Amino acid sequence: MGQLLTKPLANLHVGPAPQAPPRPSTLGRNLLSMLVLAVVLGWAAQVIELRPLELLRDLGNIGTFLKGYLNPSFAHVRLYAWQCVITVCIALWGTVMAIVIAVPLGLLGAHNLAPHPLLYHAARRVMDLFRAVNEFVFALMFVTAVGLGPFAGMLALGIHTGGVLGKLLSETIEAIDPGQVEGVTAVGAPRLHIIGFGVVPQILPNFLSYILLRFESDIRSASVIGMVGGGGIGFYLWDTIRAFNDREAATVILLIVGMVICVDILSARIRRAVI
Amino acid sequence: MLDSPCIVLDRVGRRFEAKHALEQVTATIRPGEFVAIIGKSGAGKTTLLRCLACSIPVSKGSIRFGDQDLAALHGSALRLHRARVGMIYQQFNLVRRLRVLDNVLIGRLPHLTGWRRWAALGRYFDASQHEVALRCLDHVGLLDRVWQRADTLSGGEQQRVAIAKILAQETQVILADEPVASLDVMNGALIMETLQRIAASAGITVIANLHHVEYARRYADRVLGLRNGHLMFDGSPVGLTEEVVTDLFGDVPTDAPGPTPVTVGEAIWASS
Repeated sequence: MGQLLTKPLANLHVGPAPQAPPRPSTLGRNLLSMLVLAVVLGWAAQVIELRPLELLRDLGNIGTFLKGYLNPSFAHVRLYAWQCVITVCIALWGTVMAIVIAVPLGLLGAHNLAPHPLLYHAARRVMDLFRAVNEFVFALMFVTAVGLGPFAGMLALGIHTGGVLGKLLSETIEAIDPGQVEGVTAVGAPRLHIIGFGVVPQILPNFLSYILLRFESDIRSASVIGMVGGGGIGFYLWDTIRAFNDREAATVILLIVGMVICVDILSARIRRAVI
Repeated sequence: MLDSPCIVLDRVGRRFEAKHALEQVTATIRPGEFVAIIGKSGAGKTTLLRCLACSIPVSKGSIRFGDQDLAALHGSALRLHRARVGMIYQQFNLVRRLRVLDNVLIGRLPHLTGWRRWAALGRYFDASQHEVALRCLDHVGLLDRVWQRADTLSGGEQQRVAIAKILAQETQVILADEPVASLDVMNGALIMETLQRIAASAGITVIANLHHVEYARRYADRVLGLRNGHLMFDGSPVGLTEEVVTDLFGDVPTDAPGPTPVTVGEAIWASS
Protein backbone atom coordinates (compact mmCIF):
# COMPACT_ATOMS: atom_id res chain seq x y z
CA MET A 1 0.00 0.00 0.00
CA GLY A 2 1.74 3.18 -1.17
CA GLN A 3 1.89 6.23 1.04
CA LEU A 4 0.73 8.30 -1.96
CA LEU A 5 -2.79 7.16 -1.30
CA THR A 6 -4.87 9.63 0.64
CA LYS A 7 -6.85 8.24 3.49
CA PRO A 8 -10.32 8.04 1.88
CA LEU A 9 -8.98 6.15 -1.12
CA ALA A 10 -6.93 3.91 1.12
CA ASN A 11 -10.17 2.92 2.79
CA LEU A 12 -12.00 2.46 -0.46
CA HIS A 13 -9.41 0.39 -2.28
CA VAL A 14 -7.51 -2.16 -0.26
CA GLY A 15 -5.28 -5.01 -1.38
CA PRO A 16 -2.49 -5.15 -3.96
CA ALA A 17 -2.00 -2.38 -6.53
CA PRO A 18 -4.11 -3.06 -9.64
CA GLN A 19 -2.44 -4.09 -12.90
CA ALA A 20 -3.57 -2.23 -16.01
CA PRO A 21 -3.87 -4.31 -19.17
CA PRO A 22 -0.74 -3.98 -21.40
CA ARG A 23 -0.63 -0.73 -23.32
CA PRO A 24 -1.00 -1.25 -27.07
CA SER A 25 2.07 -0.07 -29.00
CA THR A 26 1.61 2.82 -31.40
CA LEU A 27 5.30 3.19 -32.32
CA GLY A 28 5.03 1.40 -35.67
CA ARG A 29 2.02 3.41 -36.78
CA ASN A 30 3.64 6.71 -35.77
CA LEU A 31 6.87 5.92 -37.62
CA LEU A 32 4.95 4.93 -40.73
CA SER A 33 2.86 8.11 -40.80
CA MET A 34 5.99 10.26 -40.32
CA LEU A 35 7.66 8.44 -43.22
CA VAL A 36 4.64 8.97 -45.48
CA LEU A 37 4.51 12.66 -44.55
CA ALA A 38 8.24 13.08 -45.31
CA VAL A 39 7.88 11.43 -48.71
CA VAL A 40 4.89 13.61 -49.65
CA LEU A 41 6.65 16.80 -48.52
CA GLY A 42 9.83 15.88 -50.41
CA TRP A 43 7.91 15.18 -53.59
CA ALA A 44 5.96 18.45 -53.27
CA ALA A 45 9.25 20.33 -52.84
CA GLN A 46 10.47 18.86 -56.14
CA VAL A 47 7.24 19.91 -57.84
CA ILE A 48 7.44 23.55 -56.72
CA GLU A 49 11.23 23.73 -57.30
CA LEU A 50 11.91 24.61 -53.69
CA ARG A 51 15.52 25.85 -53.66
CA PRO A 52 16.20 27.96 -50.58
CA LEU A 53 19.84 28.49 -51.56
CA GLU A 54 18.81 30.69 -54.48
CA LEU A 55 17.39 33.11 -51.96
CA LEU A 56 20.92 33.50 -50.57
CA ARG A 57 22.49 33.83 -54.01
CA ASP A 58 20.06 36.59 -54.95
CA LEU A 59 20.57 38.47 -51.72
CA GLY A 60 22.09 41.35 -53.66
CA ASN A 61 18.88 41.85 -55.70
CA ILE A 62 16.82 41.86 -52.57
CA GLY A 63 19.13 44.54 -51.20
CA THR A 64 18.33 46.88 -54.09
CA PHE A 65 14.61 46.20 -53.63
CA LEU A 66 14.83 46.95 -49.94
CA LYS A 67 16.58 50.25 -50.59
CA GLY A 68 13.56 51.40 -52.60
CA TYR A 69 11.00 50.02 -50.20
CA LEU A 70 12.60 51.65 -47.18
CA ASN A 71 12.42 55.00 -48.93
CA PRO A 72 8.78 55.41 -50.02
CA SER A 73 7.88 58.21 -52.40
CA PHE A 74 4.98 60.46 -51.54
CA ALA A 75 4.71 62.07 -54.98
CA HIS A 76 1.36 60.40 -55.79
CA VAL A 77 0.09 59.74 -52.30
CA ARG A 78 -3.17 61.66 -52.84
CA LEU A 79 -4.05 59.50 -55.84
CA TYR A 80 -3.31 56.34 -53.87
CA ALA A 81 -5.29 57.51 -50.87
CA TRP A 82 -8.30 58.17 -53.09
CA GLN A 83 -7.91 54.69 -54.58
CA CYS A 84 -7.98 53.31 -51.02
CA VAL A 85 -11.29 55.11 -50.47
CA ILE A 86 -12.61 53.47 -53.66
CA THR A 87 -11.38 50.12 -52.35
CA VAL A 88 -13.30 50.54 -49.09
CA CYS A 89 -16.41 51.46 -51.09
CA ILE A 90 -16.04 48.33 -53.24
CA ALA A 91 -15.82 46.18 -50.12
CA LEU A 92 -18.75 48.01 -48.49
CA TRP A 93 -21.14 47.50 -51.40
CA GLY A 94 -19.75 44.06 -52.09
CA THR A 95 -20.70 43.08 -48.54
CA VAL A 96 -24.16 44.64 -48.89
CA MET A 97 -24.73 42.70 -52.09
CA ALA A 98 -23.48 39.57 -50.33
CA ILE A 99 -26.07 40.02 -47.56
CA VAL A 100 -28.85 40.40 -50.15
CA ILE A 101 -27.71 37.13 -51.75
CA ALA A 102 -27.02 35.32 -48.48
CA VAL A 103 -30.36 35.87 -46.71
CA PRO A 104 -32.64 33.98 -49.12
CA LEU A 105 -30.01 31.33 -49.88
CA GLY A 106 -29.23 30.86 -46.18
CA LEU A 107 -32.91 30.53 -45.24
CA LEU A 108 -33.56 27.97 -47.98
CA GLY A 109 -30.28 26.17 -47.32
CA ALA A 110 -31.01 25.49 -43.64
CA HIS A 111 -32.50 22.01 -43.41
CA ASN A 112 -34.78 22.97 -40.52
CA LEU A 113 -36.39 25.81 -42.51
CA ALA A 114 -36.33 24.61 -46.12
CA PRO A 115 -39.89 24.20 -47.44
CA HIS A 116 -38.83 21.41 -49.80
CA PRO A 117 -35.71 19.19 -50.04
CA LEU A 118 -35.30 20.19 -53.69
CA LEU A 119 -35.08 23.89 -52.79
CA TYR A 120 -32.70 23.04 -49.95
CA HIS A 121 -30.33 21.20 -52.29
CA ALA A 122 -30.62 23.87 -54.97
CA ALA A 123 -29.73 26.61 -52.48
CA ARG A 124 -26.83 24.58 -51.09
CA ARG A 125 -25.37 23.90 -54.54
CA VAL A 126 -25.66 27.55 -55.59
CA MET A 127 -23.82 28.58 -52.42
CA ASP A 128 -21.17 25.92 -53.08
CA LEU A 129 -20.67 27.31 -56.59
CA PHE A 130 -20.36 30.89 -55.34
CA ARG A 131 -17.84 29.85 -52.72
CA ALA A 132 -15.85 27.48 -54.89
CA VAL A 133 -15.08 30.09 -57.55
CA ASN A 134 -12.54 32.61 -56.30
CA GLU A 135 -13.49 36.29 -56.35
CA PHE A 136 -10.67 36.93 -58.83
CA VAL A 137 -12.21 34.54 -61.33
CA PHE A 138 -15.57 36.26 -60.90
CA ALA A 139 -13.82 39.61 -61.36
CA LEU A 140 -12.26 38.48 -64.66
CA MET A 141 -15.72 37.39 -65.83
CA PHE A 142 -17.42 40.62 -64.77
CA VAL A 143 -14.71 42.76 -66.32
CA THR A 144 -15.58 41.26 -69.69
CA ALA A 145 -19.29 41.75 -68.95
CA VAL A 146 -19.47 45.27 -67.46
CA GLY A 147 -16.00 46.60 -68.33
CA LEU A 148 -13.00 47.52 -66.20
CA GLY A 149 -13.61 49.32 -62.94
CA PRO A 150 -14.89 49.18 -59.36
CA PHE A 151 -18.36 47.97 -60.38
CA ALA A 152 -16.96 44.71 -61.73
CA GLY A 153 -14.93 44.29 -58.53
CA MET A 154 -17.94 44.89 -56.34
CA LEU A 155 -20.04 42.33 -58.25
CA ALA A 156 -17.28 39.74 -57.96
CA LEU A 157 -16.88 40.27 -54.21
CA GLY A 158 -20.64 40.31 -53.68
CA ILE A 159 -21.20 36.96 -55.36
CA HIS A 160 -18.34 35.13 -53.69
CA THR A 161 -19.01 36.57 -50.23
CA GLY A 162 -22.73 35.95 -50.75
CA GLY A 163 -21.98 32.25 -51.00
CA VAL A 164 -19.81 32.30 -47.89
CA LEU A 165 -22.26 34.33 -45.79
CA GLY A 166 -25.18 32.22 -46.98
CA LYS A 167 -23.41 29.07 -45.83
CA LEU A 168 -22.60 30.61 -42.43
CA LEU A 169 -26.19 31.84 -42.09
CA SER A 170 -27.69 28.44 -42.83
CA GLU A 171 -25.37 26.77 -40.30
CA THR A 172 -26.44 29.36 -37.71
CA ILE A 173 -30.11 28.72 -38.44
CA GLU A 174 -29.62 24.98 -38.12
CA ALA A 175 -28.34 25.49 -34.58
CA ILE A 176 -31.32 27.47 -33.26
CA ASP A 177 -33.55 26.32 -30.41
CA PRO A 178 -36.73 24.81 -31.93
CA GLY A 179 -38.68 25.39 -28.70
CA GLN A 180 -38.61 29.16 -29.15
CA VAL A 181 -39.88 28.79 -32.71
CA GLU A 182 -42.64 26.44 -31.54
CA GLY A 183 -43.71 29.10 -29.04
CA VAL A 184 -44.38 31.49 -31.92
CA THR A 185 -45.88 28.88 -34.26
CA ALA A 186 -48.31 27.77 -31.57
CA VAL A 187 -50.10 31.13 -31.42
CA GLY A 188 -51.08 30.68 -35.07
CA ALA A 189 -48.74 33.34 -36.42
CA PRO A 190 -48.26 33.62 -40.18
CA ARG A 191 -45.09 32.13 -41.65
CA LEU A 192 -43.10 35.33 -42.13
CA HIS A 193 -43.90 36.30 -38.55
CA ILE A 194 -42.68 32.94 -37.30
CA ILE A 195 -39.34 33.65 -38.97
CA GLY A 196 -39.30 37.29 -37.89
CA PHE A 197 -40.08 36.61 -34.23
CA GLY A 198 -38.94 33.03 -33.68
CA VAL A 199 -35.83 32.72 -35.87
CA VAL A 200 -34.36 36.20 -36.47
CA PRO A 201 -33.78 37.17 -32.82
CA GLN A 202 -31.92 33.91 -32.30
CA ILE A 203 -29.53 34.29 -35.24
CA LEU A 204 -29.02 38.06 -35.39
CA PRO A 205 -25.94 38.46 -33.15
CA ASN A 206 -24.07 35.65 -34.87
CA PHE A 207 -25.02 36.82 -38.32
CA LEU A 208 -23.88 40.40 -37.62
CA SER A 209 -20.59 39.06 -36.36
CA TYR A 210 -20.13 37.02 -39.55
CA ILE A 211 -20.95 40.04 -41.70
CA LEU A 212 -18.24 42.10 -39.99
CA LEU A 213 -15.76 39.26 -40.35
CA ARG A 214 -16.46 38.99 -44.06
CA PHE A 215 -16.28 42.77 -44.47
CA GLU A 216 -12.73 42.68 -43.11
CA SER A 217 -11.88 39.90 -45.53
CA ASP A 218 -13.57 41.81 -48.39
CA ILE A 219 -11.34 44.82 -47.69
CA ARG A 220 -8.28 42.60 -48.16
CA SER A 221 -9.68 41.10 -51.37
CA ALA A 222 -10.76 44.50 -52.71
CA SER A 223 -7.25 45.83 -52.20
CA VAL A 224 -5.90 43.38 -54.77
CA ILE A 225 -8.88 42.87 -57.06
CA GLY A 226 -7.74 45.89 -59.12
CA MET A 227 -4.94 43.68 -60.46
CA VAL A 228 -7.45 41.98 -62.73
CA GLY A 229 -9.28 45.20 -63.57
CA GLY A 230 -11.73 45.28 -60.67
CA GLY A 231 -10.90 48.87 -59.64
CA GLY A 232 -9.37 50.30 -56.50
CA ILE A 233 -5.80 50.42 -55.16
CA GLY A 234 -4.96 46.96 -56.51
CA PHE A 235 -4.28 48.30 -59.99
CA TYR A 236 -1.59 50.67 -58.69
CA LEU A 237 -0.09 47.91 -56.58
CA TRP A 238 0.23 45.75 -59.68
CA ASP A 239 1.44 48.63 -61.85
CA THR A 240 4.19 49.89 -59.53
CA ILE A 241 5.52 46.44 -58.68
CA ARG A 242 5.65 45.37 -62.33
CA ALA A 243 7.44 48.56 -63.32
CA PHE A 244 10.04 47.96 -60.55
CA ASN A 245 8.95 51.31 -59.19
CA ASP A 246 9.94 50.24 -55.67
CA ARG A 247 9.50 53.59 -53.92
CA GLU A 248 5.94 54.00 -55.24
CA ALA A 249 5.08 50.36 -54.50
CA ALA A 250 6.21 50.90 -50.92
CA THR A 251 3.76 53.77 -50.54
CA VAL A 252 0.90 51.69 -51.90
CA ILE A 253 1.68 48.79 -49.58
CA LEU A 254 1.92 51.10 -46.60
CA LEU A 255 -1.49 52.60 -47.40
CA ILE A 256 -3.07 49.15 -47.80
CA VAL A 257 -1.66 47.96 -44.49
CA GLY A 258 -2.91 51.12 -42.80
CA MET A 259 -6.36 50.72 -44.33
CA VAL A 260 -6.67 47.07 -43.30
CA ILE A 261 -5.59 47.86 -39.73
CA CYS A 262 -8.08 50.74 -39.45
CA VAL A 263 -10.98 48.62 -40.74
CA ASP A 264 -10.09 45.73 -38.42
CA ILE A 265 -10.02 48.01 -35.39
CA LEU A 266 -13.28 49.66 -36.40
CA SER A 267 -15.12 46.40 -36.97
CA ALA A 268 -13.85 44.97 -33.70
CA ARG A 269 -15.38 47.99 -31.96
CA ILE A 270 -18.69 47.61 -33.77
CA ARG A 271 -18.78 43.93 -32.90
CA ARG A 272 -18.24 44.68 -29.22
CA ALA A 273 -20.97 47.32 -29.30
CA VAL A 274 -23.51 45.09 -31.07
CA ILE A 275 -23.02 41.80 -29.27
CA MET B 1 -64.47 35.25 -28.53
CA LEU B 2 -64.14 33.34 -25.33
CA ASP B 3 -66.86 30.77 -25.90
CA SER B 4 -64.82 27.64 -25.41
CA PRO B 5 -65.88 24.80 -27.68
CA CYS B 6 -66.88 21.38 -26.51
CA ILE B 7 -63.93 19.07 -27.17
CA VAL B 8 -64.89 15.56 -28.22
CA LEU B 9 -62.31 12.80 -28.42
CA ASP B 10 -63.75 9.82 -30.23
CA ARG B 11 -61.75 6.57 -30.03
CA VAL B 12 -58.49 8.48 -30.59
CA GLY B 13 -55.44 6.39 -31.49
CA ARG B 14 -51.93 7.45 -32.34
CA ARG B 15 -49.09 5.18 -33.42
CA PHE B 16 -45.39 5.90 -33.76
CA GLU B 17 -44.23 3.28 -36.24
CA ALA B 18 -45.39 0.00 -34.69
CA LYS B 19 -45.93 1.35 -31.20
CA HIS B 20 -49.25 2.57 -29.90
CA ALA B 21 -48.87 5.80 -27.97
CA LEU B 22 -52.63 6.25 -27.66
CA GLU B 23 -55.45 3.78 -28.10
CA GLN B 24 -59.21 4.11 -27.98
CA VAL B 25 -59.24 7.32 -25.94
CA THR B 26 -62.79 8.62 -25.74
CA ALA B 27 -63.80 11.65 -23.69
CA THR B 28 -65.91 14.77 -23.91
CA ILE B 29 -64.49 17.91 -22.33
CA ARG B 30 -67.05 20.56 -21.51
CA PRO B 31 -66.36 24.29 -21.95
CA GLY B 32 -64.56 25.87 -19.01
CA GLU B 33 -63.47 22.62 -17.44
CA PHE B 34 -60.05 22.35 -15.79
CA VAL B 35 -58.83 18.92 -16.85
CA ALA B 36 -55.65 17.31 -15.58
CA ILE B 37 -54.11 14.46 -17.55
CA ILE B 38 -51.98 12.27 -15.31
CA GLY B 39 -49.84 9.25 -15.91
CA LYS B 40 -46.25 8.04 -15.98
CA SER B 41 -43.67 9.22 -18.50
CA GLY B 42 -44.48 7.53 -21.78
CA ALA B 43 -48.14 7.00 -20.88
CA GLY B 44 -49.19 9.17 -23.84
CA LYS B 45 -49.89 12.48 -22.09
CA THR B 46 -47.74 14.60 -24.38
CA THR B 47 -48.95 12.74 -27.46
CA LEU B 48 -52.54 13.45 -26.52
CA LEU B 49 -51.77 17.14 -25.99
CA ARG B 50 -49.91 17.32 -29.30
CA CYS B 51 -52.90 15.79 -31.06
CA LEU B 52 -55.20 18.35 -29.42
CA ALA B 53 -52.85 21.15 -30.46
CA CYS B 54 -52.87 19.77 -33.99
CA SER B 55 -49.08 19.56 -34.09
CA ILE B 56 -49.42 15.88 -35.00
CA PRO B 57 -52.41 14.14 -36.60
CA VAL B 58 -54.26 11.25 -34.97
CA SER B 59 -53.85 7.80 -36.56
CA LYS B 60 -57.30 6.56 -35.64
CA GLY B 61 -60.53 8.09 -34.42
CA SER B 62 -61.20 11.82 -34.38
CA ILE B 63 -60.93 14.96 -32.29
CA ARG B 64 -63.56 17.65 -32.66
CA PHE B 65 -63.48 21.20 -31.31
CA GLY B 66 -67.13 22.26 -31.47
CA ASP B 67 -68.17 21.01 -34.87
CA GLN B 68 -64.66 21.32 -36.34
CA ASP B 69 -62.82 18.06 -37.00
CA LEU B 70 -59.08 18.67 -36.44
CA ALA B 71 -58.04 16.25 -39.18
CA ALA B 72 -59.59 18.57 -41.76
CA LEU B 73 -57.49 21.59 -40.76
CA HIS B 74 -54.93 23.00 -43.19
CA GLY B 75 -53.31 26.32 -44.00
CA SER B 76 -55.16 29.34 -42.66
CA ALA B 77 -57.83 27.21 -40.92
CA LEU B 78 -55.04 25.45 -39.02
CA ARG B 79 -53.52 28.80 -38.04
CA LEU B 80 -56.94 29.90 -36.82
CA HIS B 81 -57.18 26.76 -34.71
CA ARG B 82 -53.73 27.45 -33.26
CA ALA B 83 -54.82 31.00 -32.45
CA ARG B 84 -57.79 29.64 -30.49
CA VAL B 85 -55.63 27.19 -28.56
CA GLY B 86 -52.96 28.55 -26.22
CA MET B 87 -49.93 26.41 -25.45
CA ILE B 88 -47.97 26.41 -22.20
CA TYR B 89 -44.73 24.43 -22.21
CA GLN B 90 -42.51 22.93 -19.56
CA GLN B 91 -39.58 24.96 -20.94
CA PHE B 92 -41.74 28.12 -21.40
CA ASN B 93 -40.62 28.48 -25.06
CA LEU B 94 -40.34 32.26 -24.95
CA VAL B 95 -38.09 33.92 -27.50
CA ARG B 96 -35.23 34.44 -25.10
CA ARG B 97 -33.55 37.41 -26.76
CA LEU B 98 -36.78 39.39 -27.11
CA ARG B 99 -38.14 41.68 -24.42
CA VAL B 100 -41.00 40.55 -22.19
CA LEU B 101 -43.37 42.95 -23.95
CA ASP B 102 -42.50 41.59 -27.41
CA ASN B 103 -43.06 38.05 -26.18
CA VAL B 104 -46.55 38.97 -25.01
CA LEU B 105 -47.22 40.85 -28.24
CA ILE B 106 -46.42 37.64 -30.14
CA GLY B 107 -49.78 36.47 -28.79
CA ARG B 108 -51.40 39.33 -30.73
CA LEU B 109 -49.90 38.26 -34.08
CA PRO B 110 -52.84 36.13 -35.24
CA HIS B 111 -55.27 39.00 -34.54
CA LEU B 112 -53.51 41.60 -36.67
CA THR B 113 -55.05 42.49 -40.00
CA GLY B 114 -54.05 44.59 -43.00
CA TRP B 115 -51.02 46.84 -42.69
CA ARG B 116 -50.68 46.10 -38.98
CA ARG B 117 -49.69 42.57 -39.86
CA TRP B 118 -46.80 43.82 -41.98
CA ALA B 119 -45.84 46.51 -39.50
CA ALA B 120 -45.47 43.79 -36.86
CA LEU B 121 -42.56 42.35 -38.85
CA GLY B 122 -40.71 45.57 -38.00
CA ARG B 123 -41.76 45.14 -34.32
CA TYR B 124 -44.37 47.88 -34.65
CA PHE B 125 -47.63 47.34 -32.76
CA ASP B 126 -50.25 50.04 -32.35
CA ALA B 127 -51.41 51.47 -29.02
CA SER B 128 -54.39 49.16 -28.62
CA GLN B 129 -52.18 46.06 -28.97
CA HIS B 130 -49.80 47.52 -26.40
CA GLU B 131 -52.72 48.11 -24.04
CA VAL B 132 -53.86 44.50 -24.32
CA ALA B 133 -50.31 43.26 -23.71
CA LEU B 134 -49.82 45.51 -20.67
CA ARG B 135 -53.17 44.42 -19.18
CA CYS B 136 -52.13 40.79 -19.56
CA LEU B 137 -48.72 41.41 -18.00
CA ASP B 138 -50.34 43.30 -15.14
CA HIS B 139 -52.69 40.38 -14.56
CA VAL B 140 -49.76 38.04 -13.95
CA GLY B 141 -48.00 40.72 -11.88
CA LEU B 142 -45.03 41.36 -14.15
CA LEU B 143 -45.69 44.93 -15.29
CA ASP B 144 -42.32 46.06 -13.91
CA ARG B 145 -40.43 43.55 -16.09
CA VAL B 146 -41.92 44.77 -19.36
CA TRP B 147 -38.66 46.10 -20.89
CA GLN B 148 -36.43 43.26 -19.69
CA ARG B 149 -35.19 40.54 -21.98
CA ALA B 150 -37.05 37.26 -21.46
CA ASP B 151 -33.87 35.33 -20.63
CA THR B 152 -33.14 37.60 -17.66
CA LEU B 153 -36.25 36.31 -15.86
CA SER B 154 -36.50 33.39 -13.47
CA GLY B 155 -38.30 30.22 -14.54
CA GLY B 156 -41.47 31.06 -12.66
CA GLU B 157 -41.53 34.56 -14.14
CA GLN B 158 -40.99 33.20 -17.64
CA GLN B 159 -43.94 30.87 -17.22
CA ARG B 160 -46.05 33.82 -16.08
CA VAL B 161 -44.99 35.73 -19.22
CA ALA B 162 -46.06 32.68 -21.23
CA ILE B 163 -49.47 32.86 -19.54
CA ALA B 164 -49.70 36.60 -20.30
CA LYS B 165 -48.89 35.75 -23.90
CA ILE B 166 -51.79 33.31 -24.27
CA LEU B 167 -54.10 35.76 -22.48
CA ALA B 168 -53.13 38.32 -25.12
CA GLN B 169 -53.81 35.63 -27.69
CA GLU B 170 -57.42 35.51 -26.37
CA THR B 171 -57.53 31.75 -26.52
CA GLN B 172 -60.58 29.59 -25.88
CA VAL B 173 -58.60 26.58 -24.76
CA ILE B 174 -55.29 26.34 -22.89
CA LEU B 175 -53.15 23.25 -23.35
CA ALA B 176 -50.38 23.04 -20.77
CA ASP B 177 -47.65 20.42 -21.15
CA GLU B 178 -46.09 19.89 -17.71
CA PRO B 179 -46.43 23.61 -16.88
CA VAL B 180 -44.82 23.32 -13.45
CA ALA B 181 -42.38 20.44 -13.88
CA SER B 182 -39.37 22.80 -14.13
CA LEU B 183 -40.48 25.03 -11.28
CA ASP B 184 -40.11 24.96 -7.51
CA VAL B 185 -43.12 24.31 -5.29
CA MET B 186 -43.97 27.96 -4.64
CA ASN B 187 -43.81 29.00 -8.29
CA GLY B 188 -45.61 25.83 -9.30
CA ALA B 189 -48.52 26.62 -7.01
CA LEU B 190 -48.60 30.22 -8.27
CA ILE B 191 -48.80 29.05 -11.90
CA MET B 192 -51.47 26.46 -11.12
CA GLU B 193 -53.56 29.02 -9.22
CA THR B 194 -53.28 31.45 -12.12
CA LEU B 195 -54.41 28.79 -14.57
CA GLN B 196 -57.27 27.81 -12.25
CA ARG B 197 -58.36 31.44 -11.92
CA ILE B 198 -58.32 31.87 -15.71
CA ALA B 199 -60.39 28.71 -16.16
CA ALA B 200 -62.90 29.72 -13.50
CA SER B 201 -63.33 33.43 -14.23
CA ALA B 202 -62.93 33.57 -18.01
CA GLY B 203 -64.55 30.21 -18.72
CA ILE B 204 -61.50 29.03 -20.69
CA THR B 205 -61.00 25.28 -20.88
CA VAL B 206 -57.65 24.23 -19.44
CA ILE B 207 -56.12 20.85 -20.20
CA ALA B 208 -52.87 20.27 -18.33
CA ASN B 209 -50.45 17.34 -18.32
CA LEU B 210 -49.23 16.82 -14.79
CA HIS B 211 -47.14 14.05 -13.37
CA HIS B 212 -47.76 15.20 -9.81
CA VAL B 213 -51.03 13.69 -8.63
CA GLU B 214 -51.15 16.31 -5.85
CA TYR B 215 -51.50 19.20 -8.30
CA ALA B 216 -54.26 17.34 -10.11
CA ARG B 217 -56.10 16.70 -6.81
CA ARG B 218 -55.86 20.32 -5.74
CA TYR B 219 -56.60 22.26 -8.92
CA ALA B 220 -58.46 20.13 -11.45
CA ASP B 221 -62.22 19.71 -11.88
CA ARG B 222 -61.66 16.48 -13.67
CA VAL B 223 -58.82 14.02 -14.07
CA LEU B 224 -57.98 11.78 -17.01
CA GLY B 225 -55.56 8.99 -16.13
CA LEU B 226 -53.52 7.40 -18.91
CA ARG B 227 -51.55 4.17 -18.78
CA ASN B 228 -49.72 2.80 -21.82
CA GLY B 229 -51.89 4.92 -24.08
CA HIS B 230 -55.19 3.74 -22.63
CA LEU B 231 -57.61 5.94 -20.70
CA MET B 232 -57.79 4.16 -17.32
CA PHE B 233 -59.48 6.82 -15.24
CA ASP B 234 -61.95 9.59 -16.01
CA GLY B 235 -63.61 11.37 -13.14
CA SER B 236 -63.43 13.98 -10.44
CA PRO B 237 -60.24 14.24 -8.35
CA VAL B 238 -62.21 12.84 -5.41
CA GLY B 239 -62.18 9.49 -7.15
CA LEU B 240 -58.37 9.40 -7.18
CA THR B 241 -58.00 6.77 -4.48
CA GLU B 242 -54.73 5.07 -3.61
CA GLU B 243 -55.75 2.07 -5.70
CA VAL B 244 -56.40 4.20 -8.77
CA VAL B 245 -53.05 5.97 -8.38
CA THR B 246 -51.17 2.72 -7.88
CA ASP B 247 -52.94 1.34 -10.91
CA LEU B 248 -51.81 4.32 -13.00
CA PHE B 249 -48.30 4.74 -11.65
CA GLY B 250 -47.56 1.26 -10.33
CA ASP B 251 -44.44 -0.46 -11.54
CA VAL B 252 -45.94 -1.89 -14.70
CA PRO B 253 -43.11 -1.80 -17.22
CA THR B 254 -43.93 0.42 -20.13
CA ASP B 255 -42.50 0.14 -23.62
CA ALA B 256 -44.32 3.18 -24.95
CA PRO B 257 -42.05 5.52 -26.94
CA GLY B 258 -41.15 8.97 -25.73
CA PRO B 259 -42.46 11.99 -27.58
CA THR B 260 -40.70 12.78 -30.85
CA PRO B 261 -39.81 16.46 -30.97
CA VAL B 262 -41.45 18.61 -33.61
CA THR B 263 -38.76 20.15 -35.81
CA VAL B 264 -38.70 23.80 -36.79
CA GLY B 265 -39.39 22.93 -40.41
CA GLU B 266 -42.44 20.85 -39.51
CA ALA B 267 -43.68 23.65 -37.31
CA ILE B 268 -43.45 26.25 -40.05
CA TRP B 269 -44.22 24.39 -43.24
CA ALA B 270 -46.46 21.54 -42.17
CA SER B 271 -49.40 23.94 -42.18
CA SER B 272 -49.48 24.24 -45.96
